Amino acid sequence: MPDVVVRKSVTLVEEIHHEFGPAPDQPLRRVATVAVIKNPYAGAYHADIAGFMDDLKPLGLQMARKGLAALGGDKSVVQGYGKGSIVGIDGELEHGALWHVPGGYAMRELLGDAAAIVPSTKKVGAVGTRLDVPITHINASYVRSHFDAMEIGLNDAPRADELAFILVMTTGARIHARVGGLAANDVEGKDGLR
Amino acid sequence: MKAKIRKTAVWVEETHTEMGKPIAPATRKAVAVAVIENPFAGRFVEDLEPLMEIGAELGALLGDRCIAALGITPEQAESYGKAAMVGENGELEHAAAILHPKMGAPLRKAVEKGAALVPSSKKMGGPGQDLDVPLGHKDAAYVRSHFDGVEVRMNDAPRRDEILVAVAVTDSGRPLPRVGGLEHKDAIGKDGLR
Repeated sequence: MPDVVVRKSVTLVEEIHHEFGPAPDQPLRRVATVAVIKNPYAGAYHADIAGFMDDLKPLGLQMARKGLAALGGDKSVVQGYGKGSIVGIDGELEHGALWHVPGGYAMRELLGDAAAIVPSTKKVGAVGTRLDVPITHINASYVRSHFDAMEIGLNDAPRADELAFILVMTTGARIHARVGGLAANDVEGKDGLR
Repeated sequence: MKAKIRKTAVWVEETHTEMGKPIAPATRKAVAVAVIENPFAGRFVEDLEPLMEIGAELGALLGDRCIAALGITPEQAESYGKAAMVGENGELEHAAAILHPKMGAPLRKAVEKGAALVPSSKKMGGPGQDLDVPLGHKDAAYVRSHFDGVEVRMNDAPRRDEILVAVAVTDSGRPLPRVGGLEHKDAIGKDGLR
């Protein structure tokens, strides 16, 4: 299958101290890693694209490791995750779907026993397009305090023949989470949901 | 007066190829951002000294954050820049008070030396607005390969009573500089210009 050619990579780390309420002792940290790669299928319909998912696995792992390093390297601090892709305008939405397996696999591989599905979203867009990458708890999708999202975009990507792949990891709940629901400390973590 | 920080973010971008040409090592830029409360929002205050002190505090904090995010020693920094965007209840002069009187000295300490003027930009703005941080060589402003800029944008800042303050540091110039002028290797770095 085609080579994975990275044009650009980005790491964004946010520390949220408060949002006009009482500041907790520890700020919430959210990290996003982005890789902008050449879309080998841009410009034409290709029936057989699935093999590229295997080629993307090393990139996924590399991005997940980079994100974890930006959080200090200790995987036990990661409580939430998500992923997404933006497909340049000569590609098709299905090319964004190539990220599901390598992106999800990478973070789960790194975190060990994360039970919950990695939430995701994707779209086709021009340079500067922003994507709201959804985030949920790594072991139980119903943990309400950890439903979140991180907005990601680059002013110069994705170009028409590029793909922007994104991984997001967070260290906790929304900064002033208080709308009830399943709490992180009540999670069973067996079925990935509760 | 100490800055009341609601949020910080650090963005690191690496360019690995440009127009099909490999860039090795990749060029890298970091931008560190602090979203702070504007202590003078909504009223005219003649004496802006407290904001100048905040400028000094943030020059050190954000400069150090950039260096840490790039994983370099201070002397490996090659260019820098700064900018501020003031939420709508403030005035443009608040950005000037943060950026100009006292931010430079601690920032220069963070990147070691810094003989050149720190290029800057300022504007009024709201959440989701782009802020272009200008970049110039830290020791010799005429180094043409290092004239550049980097865009920051936060979907939730600056709110009306906030100021978004950004410091950018790189360890490199543009990916494929070829428009002549003074080169990094020929810079003397004494007068801040050449």
